[in-house]
Amino acid sequence: MADKSSSNAYWKANIRIIQISLVIWFVCSFGMGIILRPMLKGINVGGADLGFWMAQNGSIYVFLVLIFGYAIVMNRLDRAHGVEE
Amino acid sequence: MDQFTLNLIFVGITFAIYIGIAIWARAGSTAEFYAAGQGVNPILNGMATGADWMSAASFISMAGIIALAPAGGYEQSAFLMGWTGGYVLLALLLAPYLRKFGKFTVPEFIGDRFYSGGARLLAVICLIVISITYVIGQMRGVGVTFSRFLEVSTDTGLYIGAAIVFAYAVFGGMKGITYTQVAQYVVLIIAYTVPAVFISLQLTGSALPQLGLIGDHSASGVAFLTKLDQVVTELGFKAYTSESANMLNMFLFTMSLMIGTAGLPHVIIRFFTVPKVADARSSAGWALVFIALLYTVAPAVGSMARLNLTTTMWPASAAGNALDGDALSYEARPDWMKTWQATGLMEFSPGYPLTDKPADVKIREGVVAALGANPAAVLHMTGADGVTKEIRAEGGDAAAIDAAIRAALGEGFKPRFLDRNGDGLVQYYNDKSEAMKATAASKGFAGNELSKVDNDIMVLANPEIAALPGWVIALVAAGALAAALSTAAGLLLAISSAISHDLIKGSINPNISEKGELLAARVSMGFAIVVATYLGLNPPGFAAQVVALAFGLAAATIFPVLMMGIFSKRINKQGAIVGMLFGLVFTAVYIFVYKGWFFIPGTNMLEDVAANYVFGISPLSIGAVGAVVNFVSAYVVSSMTKEPPQEVQELVESIRIPKGAGAATGH
Repeated sequence: MADKSSSNAYWKANIRIIQISLVIWFVCSFGMGIILRPMLKGINVGGADLGFWMAQNGSIYVFLVLIFGYAIVMNRLDRAHGVEE
Repeated sequence: MDQFTLNLIFVGITFAIYIGIAIWARAGSTAEFYAAGQGVNPILNGMATGADWMSAASFISMAGIIALAPAGGYEQSAFLMGWTGGYVLLALLLAPYLRKFGKFTVPEFIGDRFYSGGARLLAVICLIVISITYVIGQMRGVGVTFSRFLEVSTDTGLYIGAAIVFAYAVFGGMKGITYTQVAQYVVLIIAYTVPAVFISLQLTGSALPQLGLIGDHSASGVAFLTKLDQVVTELGFKAYTSESANMLNMFLFTMSLMIGTAGLPHVIIRFFTVPKVADARSSAGWALVFIALLYTVAPAVGSMARLNLTTTMWPASAAGNALDGDALSYEARPDWMKTWQATGLMEFSPGYPLTDKPADVKIREGVVAALGANPAAVLHMTGADGVTKEIRAEGGDAAAIDAAIRAALGEGFKPRFLDRNGDGLVQYYNDKSEAMKATAASKGFAGNELSKVDNDIMVLANPEIAALPGWVIALVAAGALAAALSTAAGLLLAISSAISHDLIKGSINPNISEKGELLAARVSMGFAIVVATYLGLNPPGFAAQVVALAFGLAAATIFPVLMMGIFSKRINKQGAIVGMLFGLVFTAVYIFVYKGWFFIPGTNMLEDVAANYVFGISPLSIGAVGAVVNFVSAYVVSSMTKEPPQEVQELVESIRIPKGAGAATGH
């Protein structure tokens, strides 16, 4: 097991990555898909607007990128701190 | 070969595969029964999670809900974002840490982290309520699919489905369920996407339905969504892409579905089956890949089915304006309409129910009024051998019309088509729209004559609407069964492990041997199947509303307590118990106020309409607020009471680090 200060640094880095990911998660689904939709009216996507497309399809693609991105970044972080299995 | 034989062959082959897998993957230990021995490849686990998660509701109903929603298709995006975005929360906030913890059940984590048998028991109760609620819907879905495609009664279908689940779930446990779910996933995704590809090609020329949705409509040359909006608004319906009427409610509904998804025990336990912490992270991603394959296609399926339905009802709308031509003639309606009319999912007459229920009395009065209001109006009734009878007002008063219809019902005739303006055509439009009234009057319409299109038709009848070959229809039947059976099995496992592991081993008899526990797990699984089958045969009248409670509870109790248990060392036993209780009571009470206390009809204190909701928040959306109540009360109570013991704080330290996860244990 890694020492205490190293595992604290690992946990802090993890929290930071989670925070950034959740901001993107929120902006792309609740933001662009719901709250900001009226503001994105001008951007046309195939007969409707960007907010509509984000709500029906786009946000799901962002979720996928986020989860795999998190898995890759965390695998690297695990190795850097020597806490991988 | 006729359609029935084809359906039988497809369903028979898939069932043989499921049983074969069950025999191959028998569970020999509790680790195999509860967590498939933690040896499942993350991609296969992702597929199994996809099948586990996508239920009869996702497969059969969701596209139809989106397509036919009176508020427009956009508002229903809450389902699309909510039922997928929860996996981000699972992957980032729960799955890796719960896998590192390395036990078998969700209540077990709650019990250990909050060093309290009471907290564990509370979690078991929430888990059982959530899972039982869900499983009723699945069993019902199995029965209904059987009855529609294989010409057996709904009850017989339910027994067959229960026997199949029993075979592989009781013997195989999580191991059997996981590998069966992989096969079920393959069946259900092919069944969902093949018709979608054909229809997308027909309408937009694009083989990818996701691109078809934002592509151009081949027949008219304008964008597909523009065409759909134009056709439905011409008939007085709300545009598919129109904005949400209540943004706050849509926001909270989406949030409730997301954190509810992340808090559903049968989904969480899937991540106990992978070998390593890193696999738990990627497995959530694979699960979402397989779920996204269906969920990104669903809005295309829904919107294209809606356009196909409308152009069938108004042939002129295929290339131009709907109202430039005549509506579909009732006599010339296509065969698939007759098939679905026979099942009662599509109706051209509101019927004539004879009970004294206020809703039924209103339907009867509506029919009598329609006949009385227009001398040309006709009610077509059909008896045995296809004999028809036409009922008109013919100067008679309301009582005479009522007596005539009752007499015909007595002779075995059934109302089939209420032709409100007597032109023999079926006018399908929104007769409640003010803007439509003048047009309708000038065209001589006397009201909407397509009285019912069930949400479920949109997926189930899709291949027939698009005139696809018979094997595609058989495939859809097998896919709907796969979706319902796979979810039912996952839920039953969550229930049985809560009973045998958390209740029996956890509190009643901690010294039970592994063999004894395995037997207890199998017996409780068998018991859960019997209960689920009983409830499927005799569904409580409130079955549909209870789904709100299931998501609300998962969002307001299980998700917050798991997240706090991982991300805070300070939240203690008192905080967790108070948080869960407050979240539970707040959410349940808000739902009961509108839906009736414990769902008993007539005991609701306020009518279940938007005007009565606090800030317009519907009972379906309250789970997100309940979660906030849970978080805040747990934090306040914990900061006023003693911090958790040292060993618990060390437990939290250890689950945050992937190293040393190893095999899970039951102790």
